[in-house]
Amino acid sequence: MAASTDMLEREATLQGLGTSRLRKEDARFIRGKGTYIDDIKLPGMLFGAMVRSPYAHARIKSINKDKALAVPGVVAVLVADDLKPVKLDWMPTLGSDVQAVLADEKVCFQLQEVAMVIATDRYAASDGADMVEVDYEELPVLVDPHKAMDADAPIIREDIADKDEVGHGKRTHPNHIFTWEAGDKDATDSVFANAEVTVKEEILNPRVHPCPMETCGCVASFDKVTGQLTVYITSQAPHLVRTVVAMLSGIPESKIRIIGGDIGGGFGNKVPIYPGYVVAIVASIVTGVPIKWIESRIDNISTTGFARDYHGIGELAADKDGRIKALRFTALADHGAFNSHVSATKLPAGLFSICTGSYDIPTAYCRVDAVYTNKAPGGVAYRCSLRVTEAVYLIERMMDVLAQKLSIDKAEIRRRNFVNADKFPYSTSLGWTLDSGDYHTALEKVLQAVDYEGLRKEQAEKRAKGELMGIGLCTFTEIVGAGPTKVCDILGIGLFDSCDIRVNPTGSAIARLGTMSQGQGHATTYAQIIATELGLSSEEIQIEEGDTDKAPYGAGTWGSRSTPVAGAAAAMAARKIRAKAQAIAAHLLEVGEGDLEWEIDRFNVKGNPAQSKTMKEIALAAHTGDLPDGMEQGLDATEYYDPPNMTFPFGAYVCVVDIDRFTGETKVRRFYALDDCGTRINPMIIEGQIHGGLTEAFAVAFGQAIPFDENGNHLGNSLMDYFLPTAVETPHWETDHTVTPSPHHPIGAKGVAESPHVGGIPCFSNAVVDAFAHLGVTHMDMPHTAFRVWQQCKALGINTR
Amino acid sequence: MIPREFDYHAPQSIPDALGLLAQFGDEAKLLAGGHSLLPMMKLRLAEPGHLIDLGRIRELQGIREDGDTLRIGAMTTENQLIWSQLLQDKCPLLVEGARLISDPQVRYKGTIGGDISHGDPANDHPALMLALGASYVLQSASGERVVSADDFFVGMYDTLLQPDEIMTEIRIPAPAQGTGYCYAKLKRKVGDFATAAAAVTLRMQGETVQEVAIALTNVGACALRAREAEDALRGKTLDDAALAEAARLAMSICDPVEDQRGDVEYKTAMAGEMTRRALSTANSRATH
Repeated sequence: MAASTDMLEREATLQGLGTSRLRKEDARFIRGKGTYIDDIKLPGMLFGAMVRSPYAHARIKSINKDKALAVPGVVAVLVADDLKPVKLDWMPTLGSDVQAVLADEKVCFQLQEVAMVIATDRYAASDGADMVEVDYEELPVLVDPHKAMDADAPIIREDIADKDEVGHGKRTHPNHIFTWEAGDKDATDSVFANAEVTVKEEILNPRVHPCPMETCGCVASFDKVTGQLTVYITSQAPHLVRTVVAMLSGIPESKIRIIGGDIGGGFGNKVPIYPGYVVAIVASIVTGVPIKWIESRIDNISTTGFARDYHGIGELAADKDGRIKALRFTALADHGAFNSHVSATKLPAGLFSICTGSYDIPTAYCRVDAVYTNKAPGGVAYRCSLRVTEAVYLIERMMDVLAQKLSIDKAEIRRRNFVNADKFPYSTSLGWTLDSGDYHTALEKVLQAVDYEGLRKEQAEKRAKGELMGIGLCTFTEIVGAGPTKVCDILGIGLFDSCDIRVNPTGSAIARLGTMSQGQGHATTYAQIIATELGLSSEEIQIEEGDTDKAPYGAGTWGSRSTPVAGAAAAMAARKIRAKAQAIAAHLLEVGEGDLEWEIDRFNVKGNPAQSKTMKEIALAAHTGDLPDGMEQGLDATEYYDPPNMTFPFGAYVCVVDIDRFTGETKVRRFYALDDCGTRINPMIIEGQIHGGLTEAFAVAFGQAIPFDENGNHLGNSLMDYFLPTAVETPHWETDHTVTPSPHHPIGAKGVAESPHVGGIPCFSNAVVDAFAHLGVTHMDMPHTAFRVWQQCKALGINTR
Repeated sequence: MIPREFDYHAPQSIPDALGLLAQFGDEAKLLAGGHSLLPMMKLRLAEPGHLIDLGRIRELQGIREDGDTLRIGAMTTENQLIWSQLLQDKCPLLVEGARLISDPQVRYKGTIGGDISHGDPANDHPALMLALGASYVLQSASGERVVSADDFFVGMYDTLLQPDEIMTEIRIPAPAQGTGYCYAKLKRKVGDFATAAAAVTLRMQGETVQEVAIALTNVGACALRAREAEDALRGKTLDDAALAEAARLAMSICDPVEDQRGDVEYKTAMAGEMTRRALSTANSRATH
């Protein structure tokens, strides 16, 4: 017993995998000691203010800088013509398109960047921006993506009007970006033609915005003497930024240093490269002094990285028992004026083909048509992997539509179609290999926890009294961890990730990774992975990210890829170190390596645990001359990890809502979320991630939208209208879990932060629609604001007494 | 989101503030809590050359009882209203209303006088004041005058307050003991303005309405007094038919502006629904 107590204590000392270790970052954040982009102040720094277009589509006839230059403190006014000598008037996007850095001859969306005023302080810069005179000639505006490919549609991109492709295959109209498809169309059509039952529904994922607390910004500092460019930037992917800046500027990549610092939330919004960054960099190169550019809230919501805007059509073919025989999903994607959609080169519609979900669907076909409109560019993945929310929303809504059509219970329809636990790894009809899952167990656990039968009974009673109560289910499968380089690259760079670990003589360590925390708690969780692998205390393992001069190359943090890819790299790098440590231990103990066994924090001689070397002892030995013949000193390792597959977290959610038919208000009475993200690194952080993701799902389902009028004017681009729920609106979350490890990840972990967002949104919608299901309603588009729900009540004639 | 340059003045007394107002005329704006003015300045929709901050004038602070009248300094913050035991005891409608204004942070800065004198139909105090039969003390260099809430609101951002005047005090006749009250406000989230709201004070005699005041927020150019609905209720019992008729009459005076909260039809319907709910709650709180 003594040995076992000792082992438990040693295990506890590590604070490794599976412990709810407190977040290392919080001591800094709660004391106000974080360093966000606007906290960066460099000597002699100037400020840039953007001049933006009031029109959604207009020709620029002239720009007069004179009055702006006369404003005290204004140093320069940069317009597209000023960027041409350095060839930075246009830039490549992450979607294989190009984007005007500053509007060149015409503007294509409201608040597009037209000029930047550089001044000695931000007040003077704003005053100067007000005085830049731009003469516009308004052009016809295209807002509705359904009209984008009409013969008489206004042509938005004259710069590429004669190009028959923009990176993703043949275009059929000047406003057409690409058509992408997956699966077997003919086989699918044939199943539909012969199916016992088919259902079809138009389903919109409205244009929304991730709206991180901190808006985007940068401080660019070019040293004319050394030729060194340092950029402090709000980026989720600092290394990719460095590569793009090198490609754009011609500055050797070795002389560019990108520093992420603390980032106040990203949620996909901070993946792309924005014009403000580029102009600030140019201005610094030209002036030789640091330039700061910080976005306002309205600019952030209006112009940087929106998400969704997928106008989908879902179709399922099934037999009378509700067993699905085929799936056909299409979507019209509104990408705005430039295709700055963040996507891997070969995946222009991201991972949309995960749309078969958790279900065993033998035949499927999906297709996405992307078009230009006079709206801000983007198409980022808002707390999800690329286009996964759109895909999961479609399948999870369509499961309910099919259930209603066949009068089968919404839990039962799922049971009948789940991929069985014994079928993993399971290859979907759209080409993915789901690594592991146990969907039936998860669903049954949740149904029991909420007394699903009891809820349905209560609902029947409420309906008899004319009251509206809805029960929403969602049994989603996510796809995260981009990704295997054979399918995933951006600008030709594979989406591997990296970890570099150096163990110090006294047994502490520093690890640097190619990812970039925006609040996820990486400094806490990566240290836990390494602690368990190395037998060193996580308290003594320092984590660094985001400084490209220090960290090894990686693709950053988005698409829940940190744990699946960089987390794997951390474990693998640690294992390289442990292998070397084993050789050292064998040398010191004068036994063969095979005679040793690993135990928590040390190598023991098999059968004689009194003979052992702790990792701390080995760390010191590694810095002496007492090493095996030919072995170098040091205890370091670097791993570049190219995952063999994506990981596929899943979950089962239940939501219960009560709807006030006189005001349209929806009250979320209960939300129960069971998540399976494989091996759990830090349960407390997982729970926090789930709370955050569900809250953002709630925001999307019940209020977020970026509306426009017919002239392309924003109708709600400040926090007055754009819904960020506070603690008052946010429902109470109940969380639960099962653990089905990933078979291909070194520690079996899958990633979790996006699951609650991806799974939460359809769960809320399913609950709202379910409240009206007995009245024949099969679908309601988001957001489910009181106004819109009231309109549904009114259409049904139930809004009055 | 950066305002134009302005000069900031922080007078210590009402005469000093009036002096600055006289000196700078149209160039000056009075600063109360700043939660309407400062955002407008940041968006450069308002560009005053001089801000006269009333925050340091002690005479503009405080809540006191003067006979049957409650006297509230114009610079009293929403949180001071909420925390006032005197108001809780004598005028709980004002406490209920203040609690529904914006969020806790804003309520530390936002003031009752600023909320009223801004003349924004989306602000909550105007309807509360109409329902309470309040009056306002407006002071200028030439003296002070007292105007009733019923007369004060002229139109969108348009009130009887003259450019050379400062609102110094709000006077509310303390509602009789047993008066029922309610402020029913429909909003999208904490911090939002009302989609529609109704303020009600109600005196019952047995099951009969003796006296009632109904005022509506954000469904017209200014806060609206629903007089026809009030008239229809006096002497009636508050049954379903009476509530429906009151809601219908309240809706008939609404002329809201469509925005992201809803269209004209929805906002009008919500004014009716809030009227109905405020009356029901007020009835449940009234002494019968």
